[in-house]
Amino acid sequence: MLDLQILLIFMIVGALVAVRTKDLLSSVIAVGTVGLGLSLAFLILKAPDLAIAQLVVEILCVIILIRATIKKDLPFSASGRWFFNTLVTLIFLAVFLIYGYFCMKDLPQFGEPIMRVAQNFISNGLRQTGAANLVTAVVLDYRAYDTLGEATILFTAVVSVLAVMRRIGRKK
Amino acid sequence: MSVYFLCLVLFSIGLYCILRKRNLIKIIIGIIITEYAVNLFFVLIGYRMHGRAPIHAPDQEVLNMVDPLPQALVLTAIVIGLAVTALIASIAIRVYEKYGTFDITKIRKLKG
Repeated sequence: MLDLQILLIFMIVGALVAVRTKDLLSSVIAVGTVGLGLSLAFLILKAPDLAIAQLVVEILCVIILIRATIKKDLPFSASGRWFFNTLVTLIFLAVFLIYGYFCMKDLPQFGEPIMRVAQNFISNGLRQTGAANLVTAVVLDYRAYDTLGEATILFTAVVSVLAVMRRIGRKK
Repeated sequence: MSVYFLCLVLFSIGLYCILRKRNLIKIIIGIIITEYAVNLFFVLIGYRMHGRAPIHAPDQEVLNMVDPLPQALVLTAIVIGLAVTALIASIAIRVYEKYGTFDITKIRKLKG
């Protein structure tokens, strides 16, 4: 899996650039490279539906963030509780990494998943749902209520974005 | 180097960005990076070595498919992530219109 590791290292470098750059627009573009790398990683991991969805979502995400950052300067403040902030961040990251290290021992080996539920889907999915693509069989048949909840969340998000960004009826 | 470890590093970078930066757009970027890392981790868990995409072919029996269940869950999570990002970005735009800054230490006056 050398190609996957190279791609992940590319994504990590892109994320570091996005975090460290002072210019906001460059930072947003760097996040775009991370998302496109994630789309390629999904292709390598044999998930073509996810690669397509991630590509579309990444482009929309970059457009939204560019709308938020364009023509806005960044007054950088150096005062404040930097010491406290640094200390809390380091403690939190250290605790997280220690627990992550211990949890990683209990994970299944990479490349050998535990497919207790999915084995049933794979062997019976085509006969029960009639869908050749098993991902869509799970999304639209076995877990259809999940998709209904997703549609509800999307509707709520669109309504709240319209309510936040409205021009009419806003108090001065 | 394990791919799980690289994924954990990516998550840590996003977490650092959320906790340490004081610019609203940088915090949104940290949330996006964290979300990417979690999505990637789910798909990594379900990958089978030398597997094939979970799509049935017309006249052949495929035995070594990758796990379709995490892919379906991540497909939901990607779309919800876009909705959440749009909502946070719109709130950030409104905050900039109101206060003239993205700095979270300057945004402290509560006015309706």
